[in-house]
Amino acid sequence: MLRWALAKILQTAAVLLIVSAVSFSVLKLAPGDPVELMLGEEYSKESHQSLMVQLGLDRPLPEQYIDWLGRFIHGDWGTSFVSRTPIFQYAFVEALPVTLTLAAAALGLALLVGIPLGVISAVRKDTAWDAAAAAFSLTGSAFPSFYLGILLIWMFGVSFGLFPTMGFVPPWKDFWDGMYHLAMPAITLSTPFMALIVRITRANLVEVLEQPYIAAARARGEPAWRVIWVHGMRNVLMPLVTIVGLQLGTLLHGAVLTETVFSLPGIGRMITDAVLSREYLVVQAGVMMTGCLVILTNLMVDLSYPVLDPRLRPR
Amino acid sequence: MAVRDLSLADRDAAPRSPALLRVLADQFRGRPFFVVGALVTLAFLFAAVFAPWVAPYAPDFQDSDHLMSPPSALHWCGTDSFGQDLLSRVIYGTRYAFLIGFSSVAIGATAGLAIGLAAGLLQGPVEWGLMRFVDAILALPSLIMAITFISILGQGVDKVIYAVGFAMIGPFARTVRADVLQVRAQAFVEAAGLMGVDRLRIVWRHILPNVIFPLAVQATIRISEAILVSSGLSFLGLGVVPPTPDWGLMISEGRAFISIVPWISGVPGAALALLLIALSIVGDGIRERFDPKMRTNR
Repeated sequence: MLRWALAKILQTAAVLLIVSAVSFSVLKLAPGDPVELMLGEEYSKESHQSLMVQLGLDRPLPEQYIDWLGRFIHGDWGTSFVSRTPIFQYAFVEALPVTLTLAAAALGLALLVGIPLGVISAVRKDTAWDAAAAAFSLTGSAFPSFYLGILLIWMFGVSFGLFPTMGFVPPWKDFWDGMYHLAMPAITLSTPFMALIVRITRANLVEVLEQPYIAAARARGEPAWRVIWVHGMRNVLMPLVTIVGLQLGTLLHGAVLTETVFSLPGIGRMITDAVLSREYLVVQAGVMMTGCLVILTNLMVDLSYPVLDPRLRPR
Repeated sequence: MAVRDLSLADRDAAPRSPALLRVLADQFRGRPFFVVGALVTLAFLFAAVFAPWVAPYAPDFQDSDHLMSPPSALHWCGTDSFGQDLLSRVIYGTRYAFLIGFSSVAIGATAGLAIGLAAGLLQGPVEWGLMRFVDAILALPSLIMAITFISILGQGVDKVIYAVGFAMIGPFARTVRADVLQVRAQAFVEAAGLMGVDRLRIVWRHILPNVIFPLAVQATIRISEAILVSSGLSFLGLGVVPPTPDWGLMISEGRAFISIVPWISGVPGAALALLLIALSIVGDGIRERFDPKMRTNR
């Protein structure tokens, strides 16, 4: 068990290293000379050279990479030359919580609505309920989220004026106002995810409900809710955790677009703005953060399998 | 493969008539959604191919007398802030959607095939390294990956194709590897090896044909994802540059006018949503029909 977990962790560490090498090469492959960008139009050869040495750009690439990785781990991510602030502060302390809040709200909403919908459509298989849930799940998973966001802004923001169409209020400062501002972005981001959860829940529960132990539970006279939610859902949990965990990347992907639609100052907006203003250090930080987030979640999903399903416990 | 062939033969064995229409009707009976999805997709393809004949105006023609006009007899879907006919731009935009969708999937599938084959055939440290590389690609959401490539490559239709194509390598490589491992374990591959057939010949004659088909199915399904990612890039202002009639770009241009003239975003958005939904229905149909792993999933 321990050996298996260690192997998984080692694998994850390798992937993390590759992601860091990829982010490092973003900076190296980016067009333009970083020293020239810092010095501006006019500079002497000497000052160019001395800045190169000062930044360590004259050293071999592997050495530069290790040096960069060390500083990255210590939170020294460089300084943005647009806002003149440390990138760590901007990216990790300010932007990341916005994206995580949005993602958590969307995920919560998707689970809260998606699971019951999936259960209803599995239990009432081949009824109008089921068809409606299937139609929703099909439309929801294919619908482009940024367009959905614009439609929501148009309907609820502009026409009815029910919800604010932009801005972020941290829910840890003012919970209700935060949720109020988060409502439309969270709905936008959660829709494709919700559709997926409905699909997975239904497909797996339909299969589980045909198993003999469900018939046995029914025969023992256990109430229907217990049969479905305790005996049935416990076995749907595994695929659900897998999907929810592995689709975190998709959630972040959607967050980039949702943040732009609703002008939320999260990682997605940060990366987009950074690409437009050619701030490669910020792009790099954004790539590193999303990569680490996804990889670490995948690791947690992997490690949770043996906990959720005793049959998967490696001997 | 043998198993798959049998099951297909079983299905088709029923009332087989030589007439093509009859065969198609058999295929589609009881699958009305699939038929509608396929028809909508075909309509979009038709619009893309025959855009100059179908579209009432040129995509960049500016009717300065009718700026931001609502849908009318002159402009069926209205005009944007430059007086460009939205219907015409959407029709021309279909070309870009398909061009980017097909080309980037082709890039992703080809590179994925190469990596997946290499990983599946060369075991040991090479495989481990390649798969960790694929894990790293998969760790970055496709849009963020594409944005990263765009930041290096710059903007434009060709750059978007490369960026989206690279971002799609991961999933293709992973499925190809899984298929290769499965085929390798089959008796006929082992037999060929024991008979002293050349290794490359085994790959070419026995492994590749069994890997290509599921890859092609996957590629078809992923076209909608490529279109979604590329339109997302353009929506962010990082993809195709104006005045290209790209849907994502058009949606983003209309965003500023959403409270007064909602159709500038609405028309291209509706086209994008419609095509993506149709493609996903078609993709589901193809998957259900051809992917043996999916058949048990109801």
